Amino acid sequence: MLEVSNLHAYYGKSHILQGVNFNVQKGEIVSLLGRNGVGRSTTVKTIMGEVAPQGSIKFKGLEIAGKESFEIAHLGLGYVPENRDIFPSLTVRQNLILGMKSTQTQGRWTIDEMFRMFPNLGERADVEGGVLSGGEQQMLCMCRTLMGDPDMIMIDEPTEGLAPKIVEQVANLLQEIARRGVAILLVEQKLSIALKISHRLYVMGHGKIVYEGTADSLMGEDAVRAEWLEV
Amino acid sequence: MLEVLIFATLNGLVTGLLLFMLASGLTLIFSMMGVLNFAHASFYMLGAYFAFSISQYLGFWAGLIFAPLIVGSVGALVERYGLRRVHKSGHVAELVFTFGLAFLVEEAIQFIWGRDTKNYQSPDILDFPLFTLFGQEFSAYRGFMIAISLGIFICLYRVLTRSRIGIIIQAAITHPNTVANLGHNVPLIFMGVFGVGTALAGLAGVIAGPVLTTFPGMAAVLGSIVFVIVVIGGLGSLAGAFIASLLIGLLQSYAIASDVGMPELLNLIGVSFESSHPLNDLWTLTLPQVAPILPFLLLVLVLIFRPTGLLGKREE
Repeated sequence: MLEVSNLHAYYGKSHILQGVNFNVQKGEIVSLLGRNGVGRSTTVKTIMGEVAPQGSIKFKGLEIAGKESFEIAHLGLGYVPENRDIFPSLTVRQNLILGMKSTQTQGRWTIDEMFRMFPNLGERADVEGGVLSGGEQQMLCMCRTLMGDPDMIMIDEPTEGLAPKIVEQVANLLQEIARRGVAILLVEQKLSIALKISHRLYVMGHGKIVYEGTADSLMGEDAVRAEWLEV
Repeated sequence: MLEVLIFATLNGLVTGLLLFMLASGLTLIFSMMGVLNFAHASFYMLGAYFAFSISQYLGFWAGLIFAPLIVGSVGALVERYGLRRVHKSGHVAELVFTFGLAFLVEEAIQFIWGRDTKNYQSPDILDFPLFTLFGQEFSAYRGFMIAISLGIFICLYRVLTRSRIGIIIQAAITHPNTVANLGHNVPLIFMGVFGVGTALAGLAGVIAGPVLTTFPGMAAVLGSIVFVIVVIGGLGSLAGAFIASLLIGLLQSYAIASDVGMPELLNLIGVSFESSHPLNDLWTLTLPQVAPILPFLLLVLVLIFRPTGLLGKREE
């Protein structure tokens, strides 16, 4: 589904990504872990075309490095940014409508279905997005991306600042998304949700992938966790 | 007195709504690109000249339809091949570009159409008094100007608030990257809004040309006032631009229609000056004489007491 090879990216003269290699297969949940500042968010922004890439990024066999963000999204790659970025002056329903790439075709998800899955959003369908709680905004942001019917989504720190109960809801939604055949690249700093739902995971350090394995194998690697993950 | 008030209000509405057609495009373009398009009034002038030329061969109504379309297409091309490239060099470069474009359009118009005033006429079918009140006539063409302007305002408002494309535009104004990540072609949206904004300016030129005369300085006459409106309304606020347009249209119209001098106004607050006073010329000005500077006076007051404009929001 997604194949990233020797990916480099720069912010000015700072060399942030220094040859990142990883892949995500269809229907898989893959986590990209690491401490703050190691380049996790830059990786997804670079894949999405927000940061100029050097190297190869193949999505569904097509080279997408250098394409515009909207072209990448149209190919079926969704992105839920770290800051949630809902449109505060638009209503919940309008936020969801905005996620649809076209009104002509029906995707895997509908607005009514989203409201059934998240009754809180349904009850506040005509309320401006800006007044929702942090958890509701996170759900809205994920649902909005799903309305575009992506084949894969990249989610940056979805549990940041959320209460444990909401984190559980996020985990359930991610598993439901994967069940419907949508691949997920989950970018996380915390291990809890990633270990619970990921099929595979990568650990980043200093702009590179420093470990690849499964949740079980990572739990057996105390040295890796101590060096690259624990604070 | 009532007659003066009614006609001043109607004329103020005509001017205000006309100004709104210009200001709406300008404020939308500013919201999206963060740049004040100094060439915006030039598109208004282009509209009048294109409509004048078209009306020579195909009549007024063809000009009303085709001139805004041509101006909008020119505007879209200016955004695509001019502003979008300059955008990478920052806002100063964009401002210089739009300044240069304004000069270029003015010179091109003088080169193609000459320096004289054009005999651009309103259509014969609207050449009758819409109604007569207190023995004074209100022309059907002015009524037509009000109808067109109000129609545009209602369409624009409905498109921006009710349609999917309006929702996308609203979101793209504040969060362009997020909208692009959802699969919407933001550069195309920007080009479209720039095109529609300039087409609206062109339409204003088409309907204003026969009333305010079509000459190479017509952009300069309204250009500065439109900027005043956008600032008073609040940069980027469409509703603010609407209120400010009407406010300035009515303010100027009332000032012109009134027959009041500064001495009478000053007497009301118990102030009077000797005729030998060195500033006597200033105190004896009449309101119609100061009408042209009233928008700028209002601008200064708004900037002092409400720097974000009437409906503008402070940037976070």
